[in-house]
Amino acid sequence: MLEVRAALRRGEFALDVAFAAPTPGVLALFGRSGSGKTTLLHTIAGLLTPTSGRIALDGQVYFETGRRPVPPERRRIGCVFQEGRLFPHRSVLGNLRYGERRAPSDSRRIRSDDVIDLLGLRELLARRPHQLSGGERHRVAIGRALLSQPRLLLLDEPLAAQDLARRAELLPYLERLCRELRVPIVYVSHQFDEVARLATHGVLLEQGAVVAEGDVGALSRSRALREIVGPDEVGAVVEGEIESVAGERARIRIGGETIEVACPGAAPGLHARLHLKARDGVLALEPAAGSVAAQVLHGKVAALEPDAAQSLLVDVDVGGALLLVRVPGLDPVAAQLRPGSAVALWVNSANARAFPTSRAAGAAPPRAATSGGHAPAASPPRAD
Amino acid sequence: MLPLLDSERQALWLSLSVALRSVAFSLPLAIAVAWLLTRRRFPGRTLFDATVHLPLVLPPVVVGYLLLLLFGARGPLGGWLDRNLGIQLVFTRAGAALATAVMSFPLMVRAIRISLEHADVGLEDAARTLGAGPLDRFATITLPLMLPGILAGAVTAFAAGLGEFGAVITFVSNIPGETRTLPLALYTALQTPDGDASAARLALISFSLGVGGLLFAEALARSARRRLGS
Repeated sequence: MLEVRAALRRGEFALDVAFAAPTPGVLALFGRSGSGKTTLLHTIAGLLTPTSGRIALDGQVYFETGRRPVPPERRRIGCVFQEGRLFPHRSVLGNLRYGERRAPSDSRRIRSDDVIDLLGLRELLARRPHQLSGGERHRVAIGRALLSQPRLLLLDEPLAAQDLARRAELLPYLERLCRELRVPIVYVSHQFDEVARLATHGVLLEQGAVVAEGDVGALSRSRALREIVGPDEVGAVVEGEIESVAGERARIRIGGETIEVACPGAAPGLHARLHLKARDGVLALEPAAGSVAAQVLHGKVAALEPDAAQSLLVDVDVGGALLLVRVPGLDPVAAQLRPGSAVALWVNSANARAFPTSRAAGAAPPRAATSGGHAPAASPPRAD
Repeated sequence: MLPLLDSERQALWLSLSVALRSVAFSLPLAIAVAWLLTRRRFPGRTLFDATVHLPLVLPPVVVGYLLLLLFGARGPLGGWLDRNLGIQLVFTRAGAALATAVMSFPLMVRAIRISLEHADVGLEDAARTLGAGPLDRFATITLPLMLPGILAGAVTAFAAGLGEFGAVITFVSNIPGETRTLPLALYTALQTPDGDASAARLALISFSLGVGGLLFAEALARSARRRLGS
């Protein structure tokens, strides 16, 4: 469990937050630029000291009002800065080794060979930072932070400075990272698409304060998020299980229903996450003809509320999974919808996409405890 | 190679040795002062900054005179050094090195300071999150990033030190073989009848050393910059 309560001022800006997130998991700090995400991240890392509050990870207290704060160099919190901050006078390998050498030898769970392969760094080891592309630089920064054997990994908008091609290159690495390593991650982003793909839990920041928090599904449907992302990006994130795979497409089981959507990297048995935007669904009243098609989910209306431009925003309950659909005011269905109405949700499968995630957000396999330092390691410590 | 008189060769070696000693002595101090001035805010910082730069704006003779007051046999520091450590500075080579060090100190501090101002503090923060304590950070991040400035500062101070005149002659006088460095030998030659040829040779040596030093400093800085990729 990561607990954060912190108040601090920096000139005109005031940060005052309180939240807790389960570990291990990927916590997203989401908000517009200037909302205090980076300040909060640096506060967790210890580079900024709050005036009051408490910061603790799995029982280990890093900061508490009235006590001397644990300095960053003793927190063992890995930090990947927005600008990468690679050491220009060291090679890629020298950068990777910097944190690894300083990690206590009994804590070496993450091996450099694994990280180098996971992040595709093998070809780059002898290069200097200025000889790397932006995407490569970020991968090295991530690797360097991981090899410091962190108890917590902080990522500050690793994709923000990248163009679209680089994003596409880096995102799969981040997904593997979240999936394969059992290190809790705090991920700062101002792109909800990224949050929907990577995070399990989210905190929404606005002007230095938390306006919403919760698991990503609940957060995706929150009013506060809708206001930030704008009407076109409103949507819901739901978890499902991959039943079968055919090429790039997969059949995914969501709340007892099955839907076929694009799902790159899918494998049967894996969990998948569907980020369905409200504009990518169409509702029909049941019983509707031909509604056994692969793009239809059956459910009932959980709630509805007026949305911008005379349309309705409808919460659809599909066997417990809640999705959001926008129904235009001109659609004759709009007048007939009531809470509890049975509906068929047609998914625009050209736009909808699902992404495989770890086995399950809530049911992670047990891992060696990282707090206290006396827990038995899952594998024998290696010194390489 | 020019045929040199023994006295000229002596002056050349003396100059080199005095300049080298002055650099060796002042470099660690200059690094510390540059670091203090860029990275720390403390009361009296402006005054301290001004004091460090004083030799740049004072007539060198004044600096030599102040050194005499402080380090002379009856001066507060000179007397103490003599009694406790047996070190005499007036009329000695060591004193020439001290006067040279004081005069070139601001040059060195400035060069180091510029490179320190350009070194990203964010990199030190990154090193912190990777587990590096204060000394470790300084040695593995700050110092290497300052290196271009340190090299440039050392070479410039060395080249400038070869030519220090006013402070040296005031503080340690003009003793052949002990404190008569190149510029002092040149001055002496000019005062001597028939010294013209000797003065010209000494001037040529000084000129070559100065130009060589500057070119060397530039080459060092360039290669350091290339290594850091900026």
